Amino acid sequence: MSTPRERLAGAVNQSPLFLGLVALWMLLWGRFGWLELLTGALLAGLVSVIFYLPAVQLSGRLNPWHSARFFLRLLADIVRASVQVAALALSPRYRPGNAILAVGLNTRNDLILTWTAVATSIVPGSIVVDVDRVGSTLYLHVLNVHTAGQADRFRASVLETERRIVLAFGSREDVERIRSGPAGADAAPDNNGGAG
Amino acid sequence: MNDLAREILTAVLVLAAAVMCFAAGVGVIRFPDVLSRLHAATKPQILGLIAVTVDIAVNDFSLGTVTLVAAIVAFQVLTAPMAAHLVARAAYAQGHPRPDLLFVDELAPADRNPPRGDW
Repeated sequence: MSTPRERLAGAVNQSPLFLGLVALWMLLWGRFGWLELLTGALLAGLVSVIFYLPAVQLSGRLNPWHSARFFLRLLADIVRASVQVAALALSPRYRPGNAILAVGLNTRNDLILTWTAVATSIVPGSIVVDVDRVGSTLYLHVLNVHTAGQADRFRASVLETERRIVLAFGSREDVERIRSGPAGADAAPDNNGGAG
Repeated sequence: MNDLAREILTAVLVLAAAVMCFAAGVGVIRFPDVLSRLHAATKPQILGLIAVTVDIAVNDFSLGTVTLVAAIVAFQVLTAPMAAHLVARAAYAQGHPRPDLLFVDELAPADRNPPRGDW
């Protein structure tokens, strides 16, 4: 049995999701008044009771600067890669060549794994075929890969995406792991923490 | 001036969206296997959708429109990868139809030695 204190901590941990549901309800109505807030809260409560899911382990950490960087970079990636895939589809010299790559992530957090999978597969040119949750490995089908160098570059870009996500809203342990880990070391070294 | 700028922005956005959707259609026909076609079918049109909805928001700049556009884009961005993933997984589980198109398949060894049920 859980003590009231634990239950309170759990409720605080889940409150961003609850608020998210209320915000979504108001977004769909396009109005932001007391009526929408009240019905939204009612509906969010109803939904979380009826469609009960195991609690998501939120890290409780959010860095606004890195979040903005992550979303802007994601948008830029979508635009760039959409143009690339469109150009590939229209190119007269299109030569088929794909790869299914296994990318081992540094994180052991389900939420970060999911974010990375969605962020990677929303960018054109890569689809998540399978996920190994225990090993934190994404299996991605990548369009237009002909050489080992291209495959390595793609792997580095996925790890770089993971790094941005962890910096934006990962847990402290994940941030430490990213900062000291092997994938963080060779991908885009920044000198913020350097000795000078 | 403001109207002119808006007209130009509208033209650019709608044209970009049309080109993206056209390329997606061409890609579905030209790409050789299921997995490549999925790329064409699910991805470039997201940028097309973003462009069209942003254009709507630019032309009818009110709170209700902007929030609805944000909701549409957010849901499309969240659901399109899921649909692509499910189809890709089903296609792969049936056996990849064109192994000759793959430069490397790192899922194959993991697939042959599943971590559980090894009997």
